[in-house]
This record gives sequence, C-alpha cells and structure tokens, in this order.
Amino acid sequence: MIGLAGASAQGDAPARKRRSASRPWLSFLLRRLAGFAAVLATLVVVTFGMVQLIPGDPAQALAGVNATDQQVGLLRSELGLDRPLAARFGSYVTGLLHGDLGTSFQTREPVADVIAARMPFTAELALLAIVVVLAVAVPLGMAVAVATRGGRRRRLDAAFTFCTGLVGATPEYVLGTLLVLVFAIKLGALPAAGAGSVPALVLPVVAVALPTTCVLARIVRREAAVVFGQDYMRVARGRRLPALTLYTRHALPNLLTGTLTMGGLMLAGLLGGTVIVESVFAWPGMGTRVVEAILNRDYPVIQGTVLVLGILATLLNTLVDVLLGLLDPRTLTGRSPS
Amino acid sequence: MIRWTKRPAAGLAAGLAGLALIAAVGIAAPLVWGEDAGRLTGAAREGMSAAHLLGTDALGRDVLARTLVATRLTLALTLLATLIAGTLGIGLGTAVWVSGPRIREIGLRLIDVMVSYPAVILALVVAAVLGAGGGAAVVAIGVAWSPSFARLTANLAASVAGRDHVATARLMGVPPLRILTRHLLPNIAEPLLVLLSVCFAGTLTALSGLSFIGLGVQPPSYDWGALLDTGLDAVYTNPGEALGPALAITLTGVLAGFVGDGLAASADPRRARAARRAAAPEPAPRAPAPGVPADALLVVDDLRVALPDGVELVAGVSFAVRRGEIVGVVGESGSGKSLTAMAVAKLLPEQVHATAAALRLADLDLTAPAAPARLATEIGVVYQDPATSFNPGLRMGGQITEALRRHRRVGRADARRRAVRALTSVRVTSPEHRLAQHPHELSGGLRQRAMIASAVLTEPRLLIADEPTTALDVTVQAEVLALLREINERDGTAMLFISHDIGVIAALCHRVLVMYAGRIVEELAVGDLRRGRTRHPYTRALLAATPRLTGPAGEPPATVPGRPPEPGARPAGCAFAARCPRVLPHCADEAPPQVPSDGGGWAACHALRPEPAESAR
Repeated sequence: MIGLAGASAQGDAPARKRRSASRPWLSFLLRRLAGFAAVLATLVVVTFGMVQLIPGDPAQALAGVNATDQQVGLLRSELGLDRPLAARFGSYVTGLLHGDLGTSFQTREPVADVIAARMPFTAELALLAIVVVLAVAVPLGMAVAVATRGGRRRRLDAAFTFCTGLVGATPEYVLGTLLVLVFAIKLGALPAAGAGSVPALVLPVVAVALPTTCVLARIVRREAAVVFGQDYMRVARGRRLPALTLYTRHALPNLLTGTLTMGGLMLAGLLGGTVIVESVFAWPGMGTRVVEAILNRDYPVIQGTVLVLGILATLLNTLVDVLLGLLDPRTLTGRSPS
Repeated sequence: MIRWTKRPAAGLAAGLAGLALIAAVGIAAPLVWGEDAGRLTGAAREGMSAAHLLGTDALGRDVLARTLVATRLTLALTLLATLIAGTLGIGLGTAVWVSGPRIREIGLRLIDVMVSYPAVILALVVAAVLGAGGGAAVVAIGVAWSPSFARLTANLAASVAGRDHVATARLMGVPPLRILTRHLLPNIAEPLLVLLSVCFAGTLTALSGLSFIGLGVQPPSYDWGALLDTGLDAVYTNPGEALGPALAITLTGVLAGFVGDGLAASADPRRARAARRAAAPEPAPRAPAPGVPADALLVVDDLRVALPDGVELVAGVSFAVRRGEIVGVVGESGSGKSLTAMAVAKLLPEQVHATAAALRLADLDLTAPAAPARLATEIGVVYQDPATSFNPGLRMGGQITEALRRHRRVGRADARRRAVRALTSVRVTSPEHRLAQHPHELSGGLRQRAMIASAVLTEPRLLIADEPTTALDVTVQAEVLALLREINERDGTAMLFISHDIGVIAALCHRVLVMYAGRIVEELAVGDLRRGRTRHPYTRALLAATPRLTGPAGEPPATVPGRPPEPGARPAGCAFAARCPRVLPHCADEAPPQVPSDGGGWAACHALRPEPAESAR
C-alpha cells in the first residue's frame, strides 16, 4: 500500500527524499503504479462484495417476490451463489482478467459492450468539463486576485465572492434544469437533450463545469493572493518584469500547485456531477445506464460501470498528480509542497 | 485584511436565520398546505397564475404547496444522512487514531483513497446494494460522506495529540478513550462543526440528486429532488414545476454554505483579530538635511514611509551613500531600516507609500516613475531569506539571468556564460550544473551566494543588501560578508547594508547609520563604532547588548529594557526617551537636535547638547 495517496502521504520524508533524489520521476512512477494496483484491487473487491452484501438471499432479491423457486435456483447458480465465496471471487477475478465483465441480466448483452458504447459519452462530457473548468477558473481567479490586491476594489471582491458562492452551491442537475429552461425553452437557442452534435454538448458541459469553476476560481483567487505575497514575487518585482511575465511565469505555476493540491479532487468529482447531469439531458452515457441498471437490479452492469467509473476517477487523480509534478518537482517525492 | 470580521459574522447570522426559517416551513408546511399539496384538481399542468403561483402538476396539484410540504422530508433525510456521515466518520477517524501505528497508517491511506473518489460513485454502490428508496439513499449519502469526517478527525486528532497537554496526559497513564473524550474531541469540535455544515449542504444536494435520478425517495412520497425530476418532464408546459424545487434546493444549499463560511471564518483567528490602529499623529518635524557629499551616489532626503491611515513607519530619514562606500543601517526590528532600503529600491509593499524631498541614485530620480530597465539593472538587491527568495517552480539559471536577459537584451547563451562566471566568482561549485537545478536542490548558503551573483550580474551602481546574513549559519555568514567586501573592493560597487546585528555591520561597513523608531539617531564612521566611540544612548545600549566572546567571563550582555514605541504611538520628541538611562524632562516632547561629533558623524540627543535645554527655548 505504498504511496496510495498523493497529498497527505507523509511517511519518512527525509529517507524517501534521499532515495528518490536521483530519479524523482522513476520513483514517482513506481509509487503511482503501486497505488494504481492497490486501488484497482480495492475496486474489484468492492464491486464483488456489492452482490454479496445484498440483504437476505441475493438471488431471491434479484428475482423478485413473484419468482418461482426454480427461477430463483437458476439465478443462484448463474450468480454462482451456490459455490463458496472464495471460488466465486476467483472466477470473478479470472473473468475480469479476460475482459469478461459478465452479461446483463436485463438485456443479455455483454457488459463490456454496454460500457464500450456508453463510456465515450461520459468521458467526452467529463473531459470537456475539466478543460472548461481549468480554462475559466484559473484566469478568472487570477484576474480577481490581481484586481483586489492589498484590499482594493472591495465591491468587486464582494460581488465575486457572492456570485461564485451562489453558483458554486448550485447542484449541477439544478443548474442543468435552469439552463434548459432559459436557453432551450425560453430562447430556443440550444438543444435540451440528446448527444452527437456540438450544440447539444454546450448545455451539459456548462452544467457540469460551472459550479466547479466557481469553487475553483475562489481557490485560485485565494492561492494567488498568497503567492503574490511571497518573497520570490518581490524579488521578481525587483527585476521589473512586465505584469504579464510576472503573473504568468512567476505566479501561475506556484498558485496552480496550491490550487491543484486543494482542488485536484474536484476534477475527479466532476465525474460524479456528470453521472447525475446525464439524466437532465438524456445523455447516453454511463450515468443514465447505471441508474437504469440499479432500478432493474442488473448487477453485472452495475459492477462493470462502477469499476470503470472508479478507474476513470483514479486516472483523473493521477493526471492531477502528474500535473503537480510538472509544476513543482518537490511534490514528486510524495511530500506536500511547503 | 483589516475590517474583514463584519462580513462572515453577517453571513453566519443570515445563514442561520434563513435555515431556521426553512426549518420552520418544514415543520409547519405539511400541517398548513398538506391538503392543497395532495388535492387533485382538473387543472393539470397549468402555468404560473395567481391561484397557483408555481402552477400545477400532471395531476392538478399545486406545485408551490408541494414544494413547501416537501421541505420536511428533504430536511429530515438530509439531517439523517449528515448524522450518519458524522457519526460513522468521526467513529472511523477516532478508531484509526487510537489503533496501533500499523493499522493507523493503512487506515489513513484507505481513508485518503476513499476521499479522493466522487461521493456519487460510492453512493451508487450503496444504493445498488440496498435498492432504490429514500432510506437507502440516506444510508448511501451518509456512507459516501463519512470518509471526509474520518480524515478530518484523524488529521486533527494527530495534530492535537502532538500537543504538550495531551502528551503529558498520556505519560501520566490516562487511558486512550479518556484522552479522546477529555482532550481531543473538545479541541477539534470547531473544525468538525464547520465540516458538518458543509456536509449538510453536500448531503442536501446529493440526496436530492439521487431522488432526481430516481434512486432516492419513491412515489407517493416526494422530496425536492423527486419534485425536480417530475418538474423536468413537464418543463415545456409549466416551467414553475421545476423552478420551485430548483430554487428550494439552491437556496437551502447556499444558506448552509453561508453558515459554513461564517463558522470557518470565526474559527480562524487570523480573521477574527480586528486590527485597530491609533489615529494618525502629527507628522514629525522635518529632519534637517546633512551636507550632501560631492561624490554622493545615492541621496536620500527626508524620506517618509506611511501606512494608508497616515501612520509613519519611517519618519523623515536623510543620508547619502558615496561611490564605492558601504553604508550600514542598524536597528531593532520595526525600526524602519528595511522599509528605508525597500523605498530606495522602489520595492515597498503595496499597502505603504513613500514620499521624499529627494531620492536620487546618480542621475536617476527615484521619486518619479523610472524606467524599469534602469531600476532593474542599476540597483541590485540581496534579500534576507534565500530559502523563500527564489521561485520554487523555476530553475536557478532562468531566475539568475532574468534581469540581464530582459533589460540588457543579452542572449541566452551569453547570459549563461556570464552567470557561470558570476557564480564562479562567488565560489559556487559546479556552476553549470546549478543553473539547471531548482532552488530546493541547493543549500541555504549556496542559494544566498547565487542571489548575490544574480544581484551583481547587471553590474549595478548600488547593491542593497537587506539582512543578507540573518537566515544563515554563522560560518556561512562570514563567507557571505567576505564576498560582499570582495565585490566592493573589486568592482567599487556601493552598498546599502541592512542588519540588526551591530557586529556584522562593524565588520563590513565604512559608515554606519543607527535607526530607532523610524528615524536615524546616530551616524558614525565604522572606526568610531569599533572603538566604542559612540555617543547616542541607544547606540551604546545596542553595543552593550551585543554578546562578546572576549568580554569578562560569566557576565551576561546588558539588555535594553522596554520596547520601542508602536509607530502610531511615537512621542513628538525622542522616541528612545522612555527607555533612555540619560533621559531629561523635555526629551519626550521636543525633537532632539543633531549634535555633531568629532569623527564626522552626529547624534540626535538632548543630553549631548552642550548648553542647558532651558536656554534654547
């Protein structure tokens, strides 16, 4: 379980520093891989345990109250519930290793196919949302931090805090509903549902991205204010650099470090927002599919979807750590930057 | 940061009042509007009207009434989920904390991983196990939020456990559970309260979200999320049906957010401290300008640095630095010596501003806006703390050569060559390699030498060194001083050297300015300082307070009793009067005169005036 988590993994920092001082990226990569394997193992155990944890007789619960004993028995053997736990886990893992995620109870499709059809839509939405969040929140937060330096422009400060607080507290699906109301129904400017065209992407992406953008912009602004007060910024001012160089070259990488350390988890959290927002826009992603599966107690689909969503979240968290490593090599050693 | 206390307090009050109102609605609404909410009428899916402010739903029921009635269930489920999250999380966190080191390590890592996953995915797992429904949703959200509490509890417990009183309790054999309830939980209650309010807002939106996608509250029950779900289906015929629950969810979430922000702000002592400053005093009388030497490079005449409210931190300072001269400025913290130096460098913090009758570096007028290129290249600055003065994200080379490349238009390769030469001259080992390194890979002494190399790279007329040795080990200090002396002798670079250490000043400088409470109280040649020929009582006290290895054994250095006055509370006369052993009755009221001394310096002191004070009136 070495190096599972980035930000708060402290351990014996000096020893680790010495060990990794020569090749920080290599040791970072190794720790990441170990962490990834551990997370993957946890996900496999959790998705497997899901079915075992169903209260009462899972087969009876799945088959429904009206099922005959024969149907329940059939289901039980299909789930392998008549076999010992270890054997069931063994065949679950073997199946996963062969890319076999099982077959949907409901549609009889292979779960792998279901996910292959649905994942691109969810990934598209989540990744675009991340791009929007970073592209808007960072410049916005920095601009406000620059404009309100040293307690200036209190009105702007208050307006920024209020607006970002308001929108940041609005759930993605509520925002999505309001966006549909205004832009699709009142203005008729954009489609309210469906996927496949660029205009159809606009509202879902905005709904997923906007609340996180607001929260992140506040973090960026606070981090920027901290960075502007650092000694090295005064030193850079002493070199009389143009404002743009000062803020982009000297401040940006450092405030991004702080921002990602604190706000990095929100990027993976966007995945959660995506799952729910899909329902607003009838988006054919994994979110709508997993809801359908849960309502129908279609466990193979639930297992597969949760597994893939978990892996996606891990990848996003890893992406954040890599970005942090590029911005501030000190984070590679597993210590939080001071 | 001043006067920030008002807003969080107001936000907290508004949030609490709003939530109380919503809670009241939650209690009363089913009794008052319960009938309206359930009454089927023929008027299905009507738009907003006076009779139905938010219109009616598919069965003709009043949407406003249903939204209000749903308040109770929504709040109850949210509270329940928050309770589960809090209990489960705090329990898990403390369990991890009280268990052995091995389990604790693994537990903390596991909690970290759980926190880093979207709560929605975890909630989906729980909902899948328990099936769709309100109860399942509450458990799902409660479980999904518990890792946040667990992490906070474990982290806070770890930090509190390190404190002395807890360690003492442990050494005295107090059992862990008792330490937990008596010492730990009370100390971490405040941050947990903040998280509880944040969690309340989070569970509200998450629970409503589960209901919204159909996994939460099932018909015929309804909460805001379920209402929003049916409202979205009817959005083309009656927008009000979605609008009502949407606004209810958002409003409650925002109010809970206000409470969280307010609690966090009041828990943060940095914000709670209301800084109050004394009213601005009358500006101190102008310090008479000493004769400006003909070969003066830097001329400072009546420099004042003030806060926006008029309080002067530097109250009229005049001096000159000749070509090739090292002038030391010595004084306690808060004497204004660093501000004086930064005012000369035009690098004051933004909160303060400087005025001066004259501030001039050779032909460069520093009172007016000056060309950035001239400022950057003609004034070199060595800062106090080499650990924080290099940008941690950039390589050394880029930072050292930045001014040279930008303002002297020197190419990359040429700048590199010059940087290597400069680093070699300050005896930095393997300079080529250093240029490619990041600051954290260098030791403090190396960094400070690199900073000096960077400062002299543009061949400045004046080098300002602001406590350049304070953050360094004593042996490294000596090396840095020797380097500065070498640069001064080799290149004839004039220096303004700031230090609180009179011994360091005596070792390096040619002439010394002693500052106290924003003014220069004595100016003297370094020879007089070394020979102890000081005249101002403050300078003498400062010298007496310097520990000496050569002094009489076993005798502690004399301390200066008292503290310097706050900038807003300085007397009209001599600021040292309250601590001065030679104080005269009128010292605190009358500005002291500059009494010339034999060695070419002067001291501002009533007690040194040859004639009695009375006759001067």
